[in-house]
Amino acid sequence: MEFEPVIGLEVHVQLKTKSKLFCSCSTKFGAPPNSQICPICTGQPGVLPVLNKEAIHYALKLALAVGAKVNRLSIMARKHYFYPDLPKNYQISQYELPIAEGGAIEIEVNGSTKLINLTRIHLEEDAGKLVHDEKKPYSYVDFNRTGIPLLEIVSKPEIHSPEEAVAYLKTLRSIVRYLGICDGNMEEGSLRCDANVSVRPKGSSSLGVKVELKNMNSFKHVERALAFEIKRQTALLLEGKTPVQETRLYDEATQTTHPMRGKEEAHDYCYFPDPDLIEVRVSEDWIEKIREELPELPSAKKARFIKEYGLSSYEAGILVEEKPLADFFEDTVRLYAKPKAVANFILTEVLRYLNRDNISIEQTQLKPEFLAELLSLVDDGTISITIAKQQVFPEVYEKGLPPKRVVEERGLKQESSEELLRKLCEEVIKENPSEVEKYRSGKKGVLGFFVGQVMKKTGGKANPKLVNQILTELLEG
Amino acid sequence: MGISIDEVKKIAHLAKLELPEKVAQTYTEELSKILDYFASLKEVDTDNVQPTFHPFTWDTPMREDEVKPFEDIQAILANAPELLENMIVVPKVVKAP
Repeated sequence: MEFEPVIGLEVHVQLKTKSKLFCSCSTKFGAPPNSQICPICTGQPGVLPVLNKEAIHYALKLALAVGAKVNRLSIMARKHYFYPDLPKNYQISQYELPIAEGGAIEIEVNGSTKLINLTRIHLEEDAGKLVHDEKKPYSYVDFNRTGIPLLEIVSKPEIHSPEEAVAYLKTLRSIVRYLGICDGNMEEGSLRCDANVSVRPKGSSSLGVKVELKNMNSFKHVERALAFEIKRQTALLLEGKTPVQETRLYDEATQTTHPMRGKEEAHDYCYFPDPDLIEVRVSEDWIEKIREELPELPSAKKARFIKEYGLSSYEAGILVEEKPLADFFEDTVRLYAKPKAVANFILTEVLRYLNRDNISIEQTQLKPEFLAELLSLVDDGTISITIAKQQVFPEVYEKGLPPKRVVEERGLKQESSEELLRKLCEEVIKENPSEVEKYRSGKKGVLGFFVGQVMKKTGGKANPKLVNQILTELLEG
Repeated sequence: MGISIDEVKKIAHLAKLELPEKVAQTYTEELSKILDYFASLKEVDTDNVQPTFHPFTWDTPMREDEVKPFEDIQAILANAPELLENMIVVPKVVKAP
């Protein structure tokens, strides 16, 4: 019997507001423990939470970007549970009437696109951070993260493979980064993902027993955790058993999942509307204003790049993943009107350096005018593409110097003087009589050796086309 | 009866409260009276009435996104029985595996 996995994802997106959701404490990452706390986020008696307008603004941006229906009136609710990372013993979240419902995210897997529908988007506050002692029976609580705004995005169970799950996450991450509402860093926890996974016989429309997966801190973890869980549940079903409905944690060390022990078995969050917070009303004007401000989103930009610049779907897909890189590409094309050449250079050279240093384009000293100038220098024969890639670009990238200056200062100008090159070619031929023999006896491939020798004498600067031409002429003659 | 003793015990358990049997009995009786009183609201036909989430009808007050550090963090931390490097020490919370 063939089985098919059914996956729904719950993604928590940490909003990039300066202050927390209900108080004016800073949200800066990496501050000393408990240095960004106040009576409100630590749940002291008698305090009142006041909603951060920017957090609502960000939530509306995402809602509109994914085509969700904004609830003009939404309700903040208390979700009750006891855990040391939650000082009030309830988390302010949303239950009935979340900020938005519905919407969808379009993903692309193996060249075909698919729409993943969303159930809801709701706003809530983050909990604190717990550090567990390895040796002593203690845990340590840091409340700096307590109260930072989160958006929870719940997908419908319409994802059917680990690859689709990763594509969904990457697309969502790209969208929140385009909107500038979250930095999307999974390792630092600003984008977190839980998954509901079940397996059912292929073609069946009912859902199997679902398992909730937690503790996946990168796209790789998500992919591996889901693959393992699908295999585990399928094996159980084949043995005639049923998976247990439970929460399981992913363990990267063994790349397996384990049941999470010690959790309250009798789950009952006793949600009710938070009496400290009045109904959240969003005006039509506000929604319209945000709609007008929405940037071009990755999928629209990709389609435009393919149409406007004649790029392949693959090239456009990589260029639009990060907005700064897409902007860099377009700014360069504005100065140097050969989009294919620009895309090529970015996808090979530029990305090689960015990946090596694990940074994004705006953290470098590269400028669109530098790349345009570099490619022009290749076009007008001042330097070869090899010199451009191997000698000029690294300098431009590392030091932020204009390519022209690098070429001049390091004397990298291509040698195109026929007189000089002819002299060098003659030298090389004279110095290697046995190779000349080989060539003349029919081994035409030896030509490459001669070209290499001339390059060596010129420090790689000889115009390769010209050298080829002269050598052929001399050797044939 | 509005609430059973088992429900009272379950709520006490969720709220991490220890209730001696006798106290649980008392609360069951008292809570039942309150709940029975509120149950009379069920007689009202609310089919076409929007739920009231809050008695006030004005807009939610919102603040601008500005950072204002709280000055007396030490006073908050002074409530903790024990600190380690400014973190609050609690009994180990075991999260498997």
